[in-house]
Amino acid sequence: MIKIAIASGKGGTGKTFVATNIFHTLVKNQIDAALVDCDAEAPNSVAFFQTKQASAFKVTQLVPVIDTNACTFCGKCQEYCNYNAIFILPPMKIINVIEDLCHGCGACSVACKYDAIIEKPVSLGMVNLYSINGKPALIEARMNIGVMSPVPIIKEAIKQINGQAEIAILDSPPGTSCPFIQTVSASDYVILVTEPTPFGLSDLKQSIDTLIKIGIPYGVIINRAGIGNFAVYDWLKENNIPLLMEIPFDEEIAHIYSEGRILTEDNVNYRNQFLNLIKKINHIIKNQKYV
Amino acid sequence: MTQIAVISGKGGTGKSSIAAAFATLNGKVVVADCDVDAANLYLLFNPIHEEEIVYISGSKAVINYSLCTGCGICESYCRFDAISIIDKKVVISEISCDGCFLCSHICPEKAITMVRNDKSRMYSGSFRNGKMVYGRLAPGEENSGKLVNMVREKAKEVAKINNLDTTILDGPPGIGCPVISTITGVDKVVIVTEPTISGLHDLQRTIEIVKKFSLPAFVVINKYNLNSSMSNQIEKWCTQNEITIAGKLPFDKQMTEAMVQLKSITEFNPYLEISNKIKVIWKKILNQKK
Repeated sequence: MIKIAIASGKGGTGKTFVATNIFHTLVKNQIDAALVDCDAEAPNSVAFFQTKQASAFKVTQLVPVIDTNACTFCGKCQEYCNYNAIFILPPMKIINVIEDLCHGCGACSVACKYDAIIEKPVSLGMVNLYSINGKPALIEARMNIGVMSPVPIIKEAIKQINGQAEIAILDSPPGTSCPFIQTVSASDYVILVTEPTPFGLSDLKQSIDTLIKIGIPYGVIINRAGIGNFAVYDWLKENNIPLLMEIPFDEEIAHIYSEGRILTEDNVNYRNQFLNLIKKINHIIKNQKYV
Repeated sequence: MTQIAVISGKGGTGKSSIAAAFATLNGKVVVADCDVDAANLYLLFNPIHEEEIVYISGSKAVINYSLCTGCGICESYCRFDAISIIDKKVVISEISCDGCFLCSHICPEKAITMVRNDKSRMYSGSFRNGKMVYGRLAPGEENSGKLVNMVREKAKEVAKINNLDTTILDGPPGIGCPVISTITGVDKVVIVTEPTISGLHDLQRTIEIVKKFSLPAFVVINKYNLNSSMSNQIEKWCTQNEITIAGKLPFDKQMTEAMVQLKSITEFNPYLEISNKIKVIWKKILNQKK
């Protein structure tokens, strides 16, 4: 199986558009595919397909609960906590856990010599599994509102990818920090979607810096070609970065997407283009594996 | 002093372009770019740096192999799947390490040290219409919420020192920690959305976050004419939920043209329909009593 992440530093460049259309193209061509929506803060991929929810499970994290009868207020747990999640006032015999700051690392439990800390699970979000035509195919990471980090939910969602699938498409969250890294580092190849504008180029450069650091191969799709300027084309050429595909700015495409419809459902031309794209990437990955 | 955050659950709705217009409309302001993952406003405003501050985004565990005996205790304690034993060698994945320090505490050989991530920066300076503060998270570094906090606090300080009344915060997309950090303590929130299914879904999730803070929220529907019926659906949802719509903006290619020229749309051409509408929206937001 190969895993391809669709990512972009800048939000709204068309990641989900590309991810859903590639996935749809694969399904149409009877290729066993999975789509994983890793944008747990704002998951939207499922809305584009006729699906049936197959299963769902909660993603939890452990947070400490302090037994104030056993606690001696020695402060060791606070010293071990690197997230400032434990507040302690020994003279007043006050100790509190700030659950929002806790990362669930368990250091406080290790620190406590008096068995005064037990841990309880708190919910961070859900991983939802959906099937298309009776086959499990869509995995959605969905973070609860008010939770600080989507990373644990993204990790769980990626673990659910069925080994049977030939190709898994991972719709990445925007940005270049942890949620993005978590998604791309689980992938064999990254398609970066950008737009030919100064903001698009600046964020593309930042994403590529990160990918170079992690060491994952990548290529670029320029979406909304025709708007903005040509700076991104020059930059790609100068840096020998493959331009995989161009999607022109087209109000018709924007309209189809806005309604939650899939372009490749009726548009055979784009279906062929996306299929060729996947063939090309498949080829790149295979060649790399044998080098 | 008024702090106004411009956010959007969904990326690419035009948040930064609209924030840039707000920032260049009239009196001098403080601009805080809180999208530290993908800061963009500095491209338009080209600020002169007056201060550069190192931001420590956390730490990473590093093994000293001359001390490590390969006992694997650290692996059994790590909850982030960051430690594995490959060919009897303990290996820490930089990507998965959360920097919690637990392994460094429990290692019987004291073979693990924590190294600070110190590549991220915060900048503060001047631009053509006031002061600007922004953060740049180094590639792959984390804890952007804390850097956002730093940017927001600095912006407050700068506003006070320079006696500037209005601060505009350009937020990151999403609804997680960096967004929560952006809107903590602000007076008003502007949510920029677009007439798509994704836009509506993300707006609904963003509103839930804003409600937790009991902040006055203003919705701007950008590019509304790309799908008028979807735009109407968003308006209807807002009305039903008693959320103020500050206005609707048409799709205009000049918006991108302005960006290419490194100007805000209102600087680029103040007489466009979209520029006039932005002025009306900004007035409405400013004048609304807290």
